[in-house]
Amino acid sequence: METPDSTSVTSSHAAYDIERIRADFPILARLVHGVPLVYLDNAASSQKPYSVIQAVDAYYREIHANVHRGAHELSIRATEAYEGARDVVADHMGAASSSEIIFVRGTTEAINLVASTWGAAHVGSGDEILLTKMEHHSNLVPWQILAERVGATVRYVDVATDGSLVMEDYDRLLTSRTRLVGVTHVSNTLGVVNPVAEIATKAHDVGAVCLVDGAQATPHMQIDVGTLGCDFYAFSGHKMLAPTGIGALWGRRELLDSMPPWQGGGEMISEVRLDGFTAAPLPHKFEAGTPHVAGAIGLAEAIRYLRRIGLDAIHAWESALTTYAMERLGEIDRLEIYGPKQNRVGVISFCYADIHAHDLATILDQKGVAIRAGHHCNQPLMEHLGVDATARASIYLYNTHSEIDVLVEALGLAAHLFGVT
Amino acid sequence: MAMSDYGGEGLELSSLQDLYQQVILDHYRRPRNKGPLEDATHTLTLNNPLCGDVIDLMLKLEGDRITEVHFEGKGCSISQASASMMSGLLKGRTVQDALDVMDTFTRMLHGDTDAAADTGLGDLRALAGVSKFPVRVKCALLAWDCLQELVRPETSDS
Repeated sequence: METPDSTSVTSSHAAYDIERIRADFPILARLVHGVPLVYLDNAASSQKPYSVIQAVDAYYREIHANVHRGAHELSIRATEAYEGARDVVADHMGAASSSEIIFVRGTTEAINLVASTWGAAHVGSGDEILLTKMEHHSNLVPWQILAERVGATVRYVDVATDGSLVMEDYDRLLTSRTRLVGVTHVSNTLGVVNPVAEIATKAHDVGAVCLVDGAQATPHMQIDVGTLGCDFYAFSGHKMLAPTGIGALWGRRELLDSMPPWQGGGEMISEVRLDGFTAAPLPHKFEAGTPHVAGAIGLAEAIRYLRRIGLDAIHAWESALTTYAMERLGEIDRLEIYGPKQNRVGVISFCYADIHAHDLATILDQKGVAIRAGHHCNQPLMEHLGVDATARASIYLYNTHSEIDVLVEALGLAAHLFGVT
Repeated sequence: MAMSDYGGEGLELSSLQDLYQQVILDHYRRPRNKGPLEDATHTLTLNNPLCGDVIDLMLKLEGDRITEVHFEGKGCSISQASASMMSGLLKGRTVQDALDVMDTFTRMLHGDTDAAADTGLGDLRALAGVSKFPVRVKCALLAWDCLQELVRPETSDS
């Protein structure tokens, strides 16, 4: 095939200044094993721009104190910054109110929160929880724990060979016994984008609530929880340019209000007596203990950064790059790509001849190329696909066509070492 | 294609060539003693939850002598080749001999050059290159971790 015409690439992304974007990420300038880093492990975690690093740094240098506690200047400033960050997240997600945004450690904690509180209050013996076979372990295990505790059953919607959900199977498994439907917005292994709005509507038709795992979606697309129509939306900051250890759960106010508190402690109470306590109003009811203030501030700055570039522009750039990567990888004999050709993000899982994914990752690493190898916390899906492990290259806003070329060259080295022709 | 055609630094390419020697790829693609052992006296499955490599080791022990070694498994070339090499080397050895081989092999994987020169390791010496890739040491040791568990006195009647 032809290499892309750099002029046409430039003209179709006239407003997308890739060199300037790359310059915003200090880590992209470093060498790995003496060669430039080609970071294609973004589905695991993204890199951070200066503005996020500086926002966290400035918080600790200038205004750090505990929040919601003291009547002194720093505590007031820190509280304003923390609650201001919540406003930014709420606005970005299309939440009706900032009190619908609960800060958590990440997607995993958000889902565990819902399973432990909403789940314990509303799921009982004989009830069903409906998930899909492509869920990340973080949207499987919390529900398996709940089901075991209360005597409920977990069912799983099938995945077609192209990686899409089998919607007829969803229709079949969704019944009046279903209390909750849990689905990933974007698959972390296959890159497929699921029809979340349709899934949520159908869930509501049988009286179930719908939780969406947005960990792989929020980095790449504009989310509006109102349009999606789901009831809970969970995501992590670190996959969308923010620090690790911060994420958010959005929930419908009436659901969050009706849920019992989760962890007990400071911050989540309005009054404590020796004979009991009164929980704080939303959102603090679910935020026991001193929160990750710096993380929340970093997440707000990451959202501002993504919005300055524009999620539509990022999506267009990543789509073109994904198409190019799929074409280049598709030219390689005995290389099999999993997941759909369309309706996907740039999470590309593949197997190459009989070279195990871990061996590929080791060889690519020596050429500076960072990919993930293994089961991607997706063991049931891997079993469904009939593979033990895949290599996964995942694209983000700062990746380039020439980095895809380096990936393909490095695969050539792997083929050479393994005698694959 | 010559290795130099790939450009880049010579050091890591020679390290990769050391890691993926022909003898290792041969054991990976044509594993010895892979398959069930019907009269096994000791069996154990271990996996590496981080990467998904699995080894199911089957031993036939007569007294303190290992008379058969078979394995099943899936995973990277290093984990599977190591199991295959082990199966050939340990057949007929005493338990103490096997543990001594494991000790030398482990030292080699951690970069001990004297251990790497020990001809008693047989084909396992081809895995000396793993020492340059510390995260892969656990791959090379997976089958041996099974062995150690199986022959520990307190668990010997698994």
